[in-house]
Amino acid sequence: MKPFDYARAQDVSGALDAGKIIAGGTNLLDLMKLGVETPERVVDITRLDLKRIEDHEGGLRIGALVSNSDLAVDDRVRRNYEVLSRALLSGASGQLRNMATTGGNLLQRTRCYYFQDVASPCNKREPGSGCRAKGGATRLHAILGASEHCIATHPSDMAVAMQALDASVEIEGAEGTRTVPLAEFYVLPGDRPDIETVLKPGELITAVILPAPLPGRQTYRKVRDRASYAFALVSVAGIVSVKDGVIEQAALAFGGVAPRPWRNLEVETALAGREPTRETFDAAADILLAGAEGQGGNDFKIPLLRRTFRAVLGELTQGA
Amino acid sequence: MTIHQKMDAPDRRNRLDDMAQGVLSTPLDRPEGPLKVSGRAPYAHEVQPEGMLHGFFVRAPRIGRLVSIDDSIARGTAGVETVISGPKLIRNPAQGTANSAPVQPDADIYYIGQPVALVVADTFETARAAAMNVRLDIAEADRQPVNPTDYDSPEDQQSTQGDLDGAMAEAAFTVDRTYTTPAHNSAAMEPHAAIAQWDGDKLTVRSSLQMLKYNRNEIADSLGIDPANVRLLSPYVGGGFGSKLGIAPDAVGAALAAKETGRPVGVVLSRQQVFEATMRRSETKQRIRLAADADGVLSGIGHDAWVSNLPDEAFSEPVTQATPFTYGGVHRQIGHHIARVSRTCAGSVRAPGEAVGITIFEIAMDELARATGVDPVELRRRNIPEQDPTSDIPFSSHKLAEALDDGARTFGWDDTLPEPGGRREGEWLIGQGMASAVRVNALMESKARVTLQPDGTALVETDMTDIGTGTYAILTQLAAEMLGIDAANVKTMLGDTDLPPASGSGGSWGAASSGASVFLACQGVRQKIAAALETTEEDLTLKDGRAIAGNRSIPLSEVLDGPVESEGHIEPGDTGDAVRQATWGAYFCEVAVNAVTGETRVRRMHGTFAAGRIMNPKTARSQCLGGMTFGIGMALTEELMHDSRDGHIVNRDLAEYHLPVNLDVPQITVNLLEERDPWANPMQVKGIGELGICGAAAAVVNGIFQATGVRVRDLPATLDKVLAGLD
Repeated sequence: MKPFDYARAQDVSGALDAGKIIAGGTNLLDLMKLGVETPERVVDITRLDLKRIEDHEGGLRIGALVSNSDLAVDDRVRRNYEVLSRALLSGASGQLRNMATTGGNLLQRTRCYYFQDVASPCNKREPGSGCRAKGGATRLHAILGASEHCIATHPSDMAVAMQALDASVEIEGAEGTRTVPLAEFYVLPGDRPDIETVLKPGELITAVILPAPLPGRQTYRKVRDRASYAFALVSVAGIVSVKDGVIEQAALAFGGVAPRPWRNLEVETALAGREPTRETFDAAADILLAGAEGQGGNDFKIPLLRRTFRAVLGELTQGA
Repeated sequence: MTIHQKMDAPDRRNRLDDMAQGVLSTPLDRPEGPLKVSGRAPYAHEVQPEGMLHGFFVRAPRIGRLVSIDDSIARGTAGVETVISGPKLIRNPAQGTANSAPVQPDADIYYIGQPVALVVADTFETARAAAMNVRLDIAEADRQPVNPTDYDSPEDQQSTQGDLDGAMAEAAFTVDRTYTTPAHNSAAMEPHAAIAQWDGDKLTVRSSLQMLKYNRNEIADSLGIDPANVRLLSPYVGGGFGSKLGIAPDAVGAALAAKETGRPVGVVLSRQQVFEATMRRSETKQRIRLAADADGVLSGIGHDAWVSNLPDEAFSEPVTQATPFTYGGVHRQIGHHIARVSRTCAGSVRAPGEAVGITIFEIAMDELARATGVDPVELRRRNIPEQDPTSDIPFSSHKLAEALDDGARTFGWDDTLPEPGGRREGEWLIGQGMASAVRVNALMESKARVTLQPDGTALVETDMTDIGTGTYAILTQLAAEMLGIDAANVKTMLGDTDLPPASGSGGSWGAASSGASVFLACQGVRQKIAAALETTEEDLTLKDGRAIAGNRSIPLSEVLDGPVESEGHIEPGDTGDAVRQATWGAYFCEVAVNAVTGETRVRRMHGTFAAGRIMNPKTARSQCLGGMTFGIGMALTEELMHDSRDGHIVNRDLAEYHLPVNLDVPQITVNLLEERDPWANPMQVKGIGELGICGAAAAVVNGIFQATGVRVRDLPATLDKVLAGLD
């Protein structure tokens, strides 16, 4: 770990452009120990007043410092945003969820083995150095949205549920507050995999806004290599409403398969107005998986995603 | 005095059954348990002397020849005292019982992650940060391949009896399959660590080690000093699982740095370094051939194993160790093949040999059960040999049939050989699986000293280690039993080379070997008491602090006018070769496989085991639970992943090296069978530490087949491999 200066922000404006933000530290500290992150200055924001979950325009405004544990058990979240509660509880461990925050979770870095190993070239860590993951161990890697420069996946469960919920991110910067839909918050790697979000230098996430809850059933299904404490190989966040035997509306997002929480509105369009049959699900899965590409070690994710997708849709529409 | 016994003949006296205190073979709590759970049992890196410096290793990021080390930035960093490099710094860990310095590759880098320099600074953080700034100039050099390709077949490791090819040709049923297991890491909770301190020529190292008697010589040889000048302290060890049998780079690095700086130096490996720079279990490829008659009775067995290690390393995963005697069959062939590779050193990890060898063999036996239509439990019963079919020597004791019967009954085994895929609960396909457990039994030389005071308290001293296994508990209750005193009045001192040298913990021999030495020392104490009472040791009863002989019952305080001391010394002898000694058991489990995702969950698991006299059913059970838990990991999740291009270990932390977590482990039950094995040692005790993993994974993999019809032959049975066979 490179020596660094530490400062504690007293208010939001004091955290802007002040250094590398640290909150729970569950990801940043590990990366600093590995030499992946080497901040000169770390700004601790844990004393800021960003720990509230408030009713907001029929939905919720979740402060950036609300812990994953607290958010998962909030009554309103459990009642109206079950998919989010389930996603949170499927992630990490109890100890980590106690420390991990809402804002930090959105910004956690990939678990790509090569990103975490400073002896390996990595375009995300060192732009232009190359991608060692390609042709290497790729069990964790992306089948959608990757580029020749980076095949890493985004590791968050929480963000996948929020993507399905049409969440927005509230950002504070020198020029004031702006709100960015989560769908536009993450950017695909392209030829700059080091750039992961639209956050500008010096900006701070202050909250996540959830719109009013969608009708229908919700679930989050995570498939992984062990029963707990493992990152998703594939996950599906789904909110589906059925009326008169046809799917009225579906909101779906996918984790473990892409550089960002993956959402494809065409998939949802293909489901709307259709009867919930295997044919309908497969047709939607065809759209979801069009262009999906395995790297060898993760080829299995393509059939696995189709199967999990169908099972989630089946569960959410059965008897509805 | 010293009571010495060499096991040249069976000891049928069963003296422990004559004792009266009634504390041995009870589930005594670990005496050190409260210290451990309250953080007061200091582990290797936790007793830091005043002024201690911290060392952190620089790893080699490439294989090749080390041309030079540029440590100018590190040396220029505030707080950095020195940077140690050179041939004395060990680059490979030592193999178990090596007793001398490990293989030293001089200026060569043979595997990625090899420690090449040690940065020493005033804080751990400074040392670690400076280590990242050490630049290595590594030239291309001709090295072994990173992937095992070319194998040698050492002549003395091949054996043939009869005509296996002929037996295969004539058999009613055959199995001829090839399987693989991946590399594993011990992944002990406590990382390898050492604190070294010199006092003139005398070196004291506080470290996390399993076998101090050997480790002392390994450190001394590495440093080029007299072993008599080395004292090792390992009173508490946070798990070893083979990886601490021999010394790792930390101890020697700390000693060299302490010498140079004149201050105590502590070195603790990072989790990544534990994965890269201590032992891995070799990956294996195994071909099993089984020839059976119409009833499933074996006429032939073939077991070929392919493993790997670094050049010059003597250790070679003994995959087929138990194959020669586990099942009958006249025609037998064993092959062992080793490739030299540029990967992290291969050595002992959790029951080397049987953990992967029996597991694969037991999967093949399940395939034979399916081929013949014989219930898997019955198939095994039919193939239990009368005596060791390879050496034609009798078994010292044999409990496989009893373990199979007891386990099947306890588990509720369905012996109708149900069709695979026939039972479904929602998305989950349910199946049962079983396997036999087999592990060779060994005795090692061990010494101990026991001192009894007139006040009825006793001291047990030996340099034995307790690596979480329960040694403190069993030696305490053994002495209490022999001396007829309350276990609370026995103090057991371990993990200090100033004490009589013990077997150390490894190969499941610790309890039997160190226990036997304590037993003999206690016998010596008893003889002295008997002499004082003018009776014989055999006619003496010690109970509740009183000596009873004939019609007299006298408090120890009246018998003894001072402390009574004796040493005990056990040595292995002819009983090791005259009979085949092994431990036995059987596993049963129920698995659920998700028909959508291929995920497997073990729903319940049972093991019945026989390992001679059980000294403490609680700690013995815990050993078996741990072994079966590792078996679940071996079956489903655990795999050290090497990058096929440069051989480096990719998943170097506990987030990505998937040991089973609580949610992966169901309710496990354990039955321990009553057994006395007089050939083993004077206590009739056998090793149980590793038995719980020797085949456990096969029960799970066989359960997956029963549940789904998918036969996974490449472990672990991760969901993608199961999914490939599902509709």
